[in-house]
Amino acid sequence: MLLVPAMIMFCCGVYGFITRRNMIAILISLELMLNAVDINFAVFNRYLWPQAMEGMFFTLFAIAIAAAETALAIAIIINLYRSANNIDVHDLNKLKH
Amino acid sequence: MFSNILIWFVVIPLLMLAGLGLCRDVKQVRAVAVAGSTALIARSVKLLVDYLAIRAAGDTAPMLFQGSWTWFAPLNINLAVGVDGISVAMILLSSIILFTGSFASWQVPQPKAFFLWLILLSTGVFGFFISIDLFTMFMFYEVALIPMYLLIGVWGTGRKEYSAMKLTLMLMGGSAFLMLGLIGIYYHSAPAGQPLTWNILEIVNNTIDPAWQRFLFPMTFVGFGVLGAMFPFHTWSPDGHACAPTAVSMLHAGVLMKLGGYGCFRVAIYLMPQAANELAWIFLILTGISVVYGAFSACVQTDLKYINAYSSVSHCGLVLFAILMLNTTAMTGAIMQMLSHGLMTALFFALIGMIYGRTHTRDITKMGGLMRIMPYLCVCYVIAGMASLGLPGLSGFVAEMTIFVGSFQHADMFHRVFTIVACCSIVITAVYILRVVGKLLFGPVYDKHHLELTDATWWERFSTACLIVSVAAIGCFPNFFSNLIKFTFSPEIFKVLGM
Amino acid sequence: MDATLPILILAIPLGMFLVLGLAGYKMSHKMAGVLGCLGMGTTLVLAYTTAFTYFFSGSPEFVSAAGERLQAVIFNHTWLAFTDKLVIRLGFLLDPISAMMLVVITTISFMVHLYSMGYMRDHHGVFERGFQRFYAFLSLFSFSMLGLVVATNIFQMYIFWELVGASSYLLIGFYYVKPSAVSASKKAFIVTRFADLGFLIGILILSYYTGTFNFTELTSAPVEGLADVFSVSETTAQSVRSIFESSATPVFLGGSVLTWALVLIFMGGMGKSAMLPLHIWLPDAMEGPTPVSALIHAATMVVAGVYLVARLFPLYLMEVSALEFVTWVGALTALYAAIVACTQIDIKRVLAFSTISQIAFMMVSLGVARPEFHHGLGYMASMFHLFTHAMFKALLFLGAGALIHAIGSNDYTAMHGLRKYMPVTHWTFLIGCLAIAGIIPFSGFFSKDEILSSCLGNSTFIYIWMSLVAGLTAFYMFRLYYLIFWWKEHKIPEGHHAPHDQPWTMSLPLVILAAISLVAGFIPFGKFVTWNGHPYDFMAHFDWSVAAVSLCVAIVAIVLATAMYRKENDLPAKFRAALPRLWTWAHHRFYWDELYLFITHKIIFDRICRPIAWFDRHIIDGTMDAFATITHAASRAIRPLQSGQVQLYVWWYLLGALALGGITMLCLL
Repeated sequence: MLLVPAMIMFCCGVYGFITRRNMIAILISLELMLNAVDINFAVFNRYLWPQAMEGMFFTLFAIAIAAAETALAIAIIINLYRSANNIDVHDLNKLKH
Repeated sequence: MFSNILIWFVVIPLLMLAGLGLCRDVKQVRAVAVAGSTALIARSVKLLVDYLAIRAAGDTAPMLFQGSWTWFAPLNINLAVGVDGISVAMILLSSIILFTGSFASWQVPQPKAFFLWLILLSTGVFGFFISIDLFTMFMFYEVALIPMYLLIGVWGTGRKEYSAMKLTLMLMGGSAFLMLGLIGIYYHSAPAGQPLTWNILEIVNNTIDPAWQRFLFPMTFVGFGVLGAMFPFHTWSPDGHACAPTAVSMLHAGVLMKLGGYGCFRVAIYLMPQAANELAWIFLILTGISVVYGAFSACVQTDLKYINAYSSVSHCGLVLFAILMLNTTAMTGAIMQMLSHGLMTALFFALIGMIYGRTHTRDITKMGGLMRIMPYLCVCYVIAGMASLGLPGLSGFVAEMTIFVGSFQHADMFHRVFTIVACCSIVITAVYILRVVGKLLFGPVYDKHHLELTDATWWERFSTACLIVSVAAIGCFPNFFSNLIKFTFSPEIFKVLGM
Repeated sequence: MDATLPILILAIPLGMFLVLGLAGYKMSHKMAGVLGCLGMGTTLVLAYTTAFTYFFSGSPEFVSAAGERLQAVIFNHTWLAFTDKLVIRLGFLLDPISAMMLVVITTISFMVHLYSMGYMRDHHGVFERGFQRFYAFLSLFSFSMLGLVVATNIFQMYIFWELVGASSYLLIGFYYVKPSAVSASKKAFIVTRFADLGFLIGILILSYYTGTFNFTELTSAPVEGLADVFSVSETTAQSVRSIFESSATPVFLGGSVLTWALVLIFMGGMGKSAMLPLHIWLPDAMEGPTPVSALIHAATMVVAGVYLVARLFPLYLMEVSALEFVTWVGALTALYAAIVACTQIDIKRVLAFSTISQIAFMMVSLGVARPEFHHGLGYMASMFHLFTHAMFKALLFLGAGALIHAIGSNDYTAMHGLRKYMPVTHWTFLIGCLAIAGIIPFSGFFSKDEILSSCLGNSTFIYIWMSLVAGLTAFYMFRLYYLIFWWKEHKIPEGHHAPHDQPWTMSLPLVILAAISLVAGFIPFGKFVTWNGHPYDFMAHFDWSVAAVSLCVAIVAIVLATAMYRKENDLPAKFRAALPRLWTWAHHRFYWDELYLFITHKIIFDRICRPIAWFDRHIIDGTMDAFATITHAASRAIRPLQSGQVQLYVWWYLLGALALGGITMLCLL
């Protein structure tokens, strides 16, 4: 039952990731998806192997990684903003070249 | 390791590369190039003398001066070297052409970089001729091919980027076939349970499974055949030659195309004689077409370099044609044709470069009567032309006749008929050579501006004179070269064929 | 015999070529000329000595106890060994015909060397540009021709055959600034090269079946019913005939292998000797300096074809069909060339066609020669005619050269009535004409009479045919003679001085050659040269009826020519009007050149070479380029995927993931 909100969160994250143009918003959507996955970890752990704690630890681990990753992403976005004055992904297609 | 004379053929170019790195001006570059190539000529003459001395002493080993140093043990890759008469002849040819090529590119722009690539290329060439390990052979082969791209792309003329790209891609395509073939040979190089080997001499003793030979022979033959300008994989040659700078054309037509013929012999035929015997007819048809087709195409070209490129297609076709006849005489002829074609085409391209450097055109319809203006170059051109159309006393004749007589000794009627077809090329060759000579050198002066042009400078004279002397030497004393080469075809090589 | 002399005979001209070719431009003109003459003079002495030794020394090396002349290999140096048996050797074979040729070549060559000293300069005595080059090429030619005749094996002959072709090319194109000379030299080389292809294939076939190149082995096979062929010093282990008669040899288009080999080898001879249909180069070759025409295109190189057939004569005897082919080619050529010669204006062309016709005589003579008839009289007659023809034709050419030198034009229309101005030339030219017409006692009479006798011995038809041609010969030669020296008074163009005789360097060769032409007929040729080495006394079997007939024919023809051309009249014009078509066709040499131009340009160039070149550039190269183009197009097609839009990438990723997931599900279910 608890999988449903996780599912909804994940879909929102995907939707946001694809449609938002602001990089910060994309980052938030990314976090949403990550958290949805974290919830899934916790839920499956709770229902399938109640005695084990690996799922919970994995969730904690993922949260820590996500924090680091967000910090890195924000740093990139700030740098991007400094060089391009813009954080709209549609205008940033330098990867093409 | 350095006590082996053969290693020096790679070490000297490498030393030259280092020396070029230290050079600061043109004079130093020239000094390094001339000193290095003179050293190479001296070494190859020494090699020739030593080789003949050892043979005269009765040593009948298939390869002399052998040496082997482990390079990568897990895959049994060694730096294995050794030479027979063919390699000695080829090494001599390469060093002569490198030497004369250095003189022919006396005033090339950006000499340091140019000579760096040129010497790197010749490192590959020499390495290829001395190796008897398939892997190192292939490596040196690639080393010889890659610099060509830069040499044509940077120092060329005309549509140079296109030609350089085309040449490199087609040759690389050939290499891809070749690599498959070589790896295939490696995995069938020894009977089950014994360690595999890349060494040619060991492979030839452990006959490759005939079923696999039938598969691997076309791979390797086509792979090397692309470089040997075999129809229909020859089209890199006209464009490539037309756009290449003088010394590169010389080295490319003179030596690099010989890598193809040499490889076909050394790898495809030498290691897989049964398949060669069975499948020769396919390639005979292709090379027979090359011979006649190249000659016919050359008849209507108007660009001097295109004419010679097509003539090279015809002459190199004859090399592969003769190799496929699988008898000693024809193969001796093939190797002599390689020597002869290498020298006379180098001479041709050197002269074309020199004429182009003066008139700034290679279109024969826009020139005429040059004999009055630059007699030295033109006399050399006539001599080169005569060598090409097979005048006795110059190298073309002996090579072609050895091929024709050898090929005609083949017991099979099909082969003899094809020999007659190939013979027809001597007439067509006369047509296109005399057409050029008549239009370009004789007759009234076409362009009045050409009257102010000068004749050859000393380095041009020296370079062409060296080549002419070599061409005449082969033409006048063919038996020396024939014997040098012939010993290689000792009967045991063809024991499987009963030849 | 010691090998020193023979080696020197070849080495001196070669050395002269190298010296004059490499260092000639540093010498003065005169120095080069004198050096060339000295070299040739020495060779002449050496060759005479050698020939004299061969014919008269009576050494057992040269003459057997029974009086047969033998073939002697003086030296034989291995040049290139193909296999153990097929070896090209450079050697020196002395036998009757090669000794005879040594004499002919060195004589004519020396005369031409001497003559050119005067000819190759203008009226003020200034030497022509490239004088040293001219002498260098002459030496090269002499070397090659001498090497050809003394060849010990067929491949040596081929080598020198090519070399004479090349030196002929260089000499025809001596005036390389003139486009006509350039194209003539090109034509000569390519036509003969085409013929040489036949020669080469013939050699290949012959050597494949017999396993040897050596003349001694090839020609020493026992001919049926004849024991008295050359008995040779070298091994005669292999019987050529038995090889060819074994059932293993295939038959192609009705001819045996031997027939084909011989016909192909003869094709080489047809090219060099300008037989129909490969004759077209010879008239154009007259673009070269006249001494060259005399040496190469009249006396020596063009008879190489005859020499070749003579050299392989025992082989030809085995295959009579090949000999018949030789006969018919010769007969047709003789008639053709004689008719054409009657209508030419350029005096050198008349002489060129006359050369073709006379060489055809020699060919016919070889073709009709059979051992049964007068011990192969035709062979001897052919060689005799070769000898006498070389002398009188060189004389005629050198005379024509003197005329051209004096007048500055090749056409007889610019000459007429020159007999008063140039008496030496006139008399020597007349002797030449009488010799070629076959008037007793000039040399041509004897050789031609022998040819006709041997024709009669073979077939009456050929005899009548050749007699007719002999009559035509007398007619066109005297037409030429009268048109040059008589017809009407010579008009000296304004501002020119009267034409006069030439300096001694040019006159001396004329006089010497005229003297030889006068007396050469009395040489008992049969004592020296016969096909099997047995001396044969022709005079003992002299056929007076043939001689009388041929003399009558010649005299009638000369009388006719006198009537038509001695004084200016309208008879020639009437004749021309009576046979307009024949005259036009003959004047245009029966349009052979046009036919060749059509074949080479319209068919070979436009229909073969150009399409091949087009095919190469567009189809083959197009295919290769197409690979590149396809790759390029494909990369362009998938390039939008790499848009740089991160969110699009996600879309693709999602779709891909879903698709993969879906496929996995489907597979699992």
